[in-house]
Amino acid sequence: MTAVRELGILIALAVVVVVTAVVNPLFLSGQGIRDLLLNACLVALLTVGQTMVVITRNVDLSVGSVLGLSAFVTADTFAVNPVLAIVVGIVVGALCGLVNGALVGLGKVPSLVVTLGTLSVFRGLDFMWAHGRQINAANLPDGFLALGSGSVFGIPYLVIITLVVLAVAALHLGSYRSGRELYAIGSNPEAAVLAGIPVGRRVFTTFLLSGTVAGLAGVLAVARYGTVDATVGTGLELQVISAVVVGGVAIFGGSGTVAGAALGALLLSTIGSALEVVHIAQFWQQAITGALLIAAIALDRSVALRVAARLRRQSRGVSA
Amino acid sequence: MKGLLRWESVLFVLLALVAVVGSAATGGSFLTGRGAFNVGSDLAVMALIAMPLTLVIVAAEIDLSVASVLGLSSALIGALWNAGWPLEAILPFVIVVGAVCGAINGFLVTKLGLPSLAVTIGSLALYRGLAFVVLGDQAVADFPESYTQFGTNPVPGTWIPYPILLFAVLAVVFGLLLHATTFGRAVFAIGANEEAARFSGIRVKRIKFILFVLTGAVAALAGIVYTLRFASARADNGTGLELEVVTAVLLGGVSIFGGRGTIGGVILAALVLGGLTDALILDDIATEVVKLVTGILLLASVFAPAVTKRLTRGTP
Repeated sequence: MTAVRELGILIALAVVVVVTAVVNPLFLSGQGIRDLLLNACLVALLTVGQTMVVITRNVDLSVGSVLGLSAFVTADTFAVNPVLAIVVGIVVGALCGLVNGALVGLGKVPSLVVTLGTLSVFRGLDFMWAHGRQINAANLPDGFLALGSGSVFGIPYLVIITLVVLAVAALHLGSYRSGRELYAIGSNPEAAVLAGIPVGRRVFTTFLLSGTVAGLAGVLAVARYGTVDATVGTGLELQVISAVVVGGVAIFGGSGTVAGAALGALLLSTIGSALEVVHIAQFWQQAITGALLIAAIALDRSVALRVAARLRRQSRGVSA
Repeated sequence: MKGLLRWESVLFVLLALVAVVGSAATGGSFLTGRGAFNVGSDLAVMALIAMPLTLVIVAAEIDLSVASVLGLSSALIGALWNAGWPLEAILPFVIVVGAVCGAINGFLVTKLGLPSLAVTIGSLALYRGLAFVVLGDQAVADFPESYTQFGTNPVPGTWIPYPILLFAVLAVVFGLLLHATTFGRAVFAIGANEEAARFSGIRVKRIKFILFVLTGAVAALAGIVYTLRFASARADNGTGLELEVVTAVLLGGVSIFGGRGTIGGVILAALVLGGLTDALILDDIATEVVKLVTGILLLASVFAPAVTKRLTRGTP
């Protein structure tokens, strides 16, 4: 079932790319493809953590704020020590994830409300820390900025890092017990508890991972853009959740893959670039993202209902 | 004793605290007629939307698209005004569009059975996107003064802002609807146990649909108030306001799990939140720090019931 869903995204992606390339051949030049991949990277990275969270039937709305906070703290620490800055950026993300995980696990409050709250708390901390300042590329070492723009054998570092994180997460979700248990939790939380799965601890860990990955993305955002102020990553959570859902991760939990989610991120950012290339105003982008998100949720629901109906028919056939 | 410990009493104390600390921090300007006028005008938009949203959350659903409907409504006012429509035609039209936005949410939630959280995250992006499609990034500001006075002047002879008058009317309407009609009892029943409500003959889907339509229409009305108050129609008006509205509703003692809450509590919470926001802004504290405080309040208001439950466990 999942394979079919990912095939669908690939076809959609191919259609968008071909149509756009016909209108403007530069779209498929070496530089054009590089830009496409680079633009998708940060969102694709964020979908890794979000996928795990959504599989457990939760959601993390705070990722954009975590990325922003981590980005500013990283840029600010650079003057002191570059290596320390990268570590601190990731640790800041992990701490944010820890807070989310603890609140969701401890208070038994829906993650939506918790992360809606921490979305503005983390952003507020970001503003307090930044205090109206902006940090520019001139304040950052070239070696670090190369991390965001450089490449090896023509493949940008950013793409390599994203692929590595994706591969590790895919392996964890697909082949490790702690990963498989996330699907069990999302499919049926009560049954998962009865089956002896440490639900609270697993959910806590997914939020911790989501925050850590957002912290890493914050560090990389500094390297990529060079300029950092307190607004970096504002509204990004919407793109990430859209990518995850468009990528076939069920918003009701229990199914989906990080590869599908990453493809979803690539599709959305490609549509964004394509709109620019064919000179449709940027203003349509958000509306299309929203419409795609609603369509994906509706599709997801109808597929789930159909599968459930088929399973019912089959089980009836077996018993008869 | 139980009456004294009601959440509304806690909110009253909080409100008094905000008034005293606020006026101390702002050198007294807070408690003057002018100060109250400002507080009232600023919180009216958020408080308006909080009324129908209270019913939605009592019914155990949520609508995160309200601020986007506000933005779309504002953008439409600007675009239609540019196109030469008279305001008498624009304003009712905008409210109808808001109701349609709500109906789309309601359709997706009730007919397709999708979770309202996921649906309204999607329509949050969709409606805000449409707002930009309609008006782009321009700002339309050349509205006649006779209309913008509605948002900037008090009712003659008093310090009551017109938007607060509008809010008072809506508060009474929604208060009666929730607490004094069979419709309201059905909303509570749905939130407490949807399955049981359905089996007892309550038309769950239709009621939820109506709630989403009402929320959309009121969000558009709030867009009108917002646009006239600041005499500026923009596609990004009210961005992020959904956080404040949801916070007001939950701080007002409405359970995020549905089935519990009062309009009175939400009104008090809106006053506390609005007063606090104004006090912080008057005190030259950045709006982003105000958001931080709002976020902490939201977290506190959802954790307070869990904590008080634990504290009072064992004592009937």
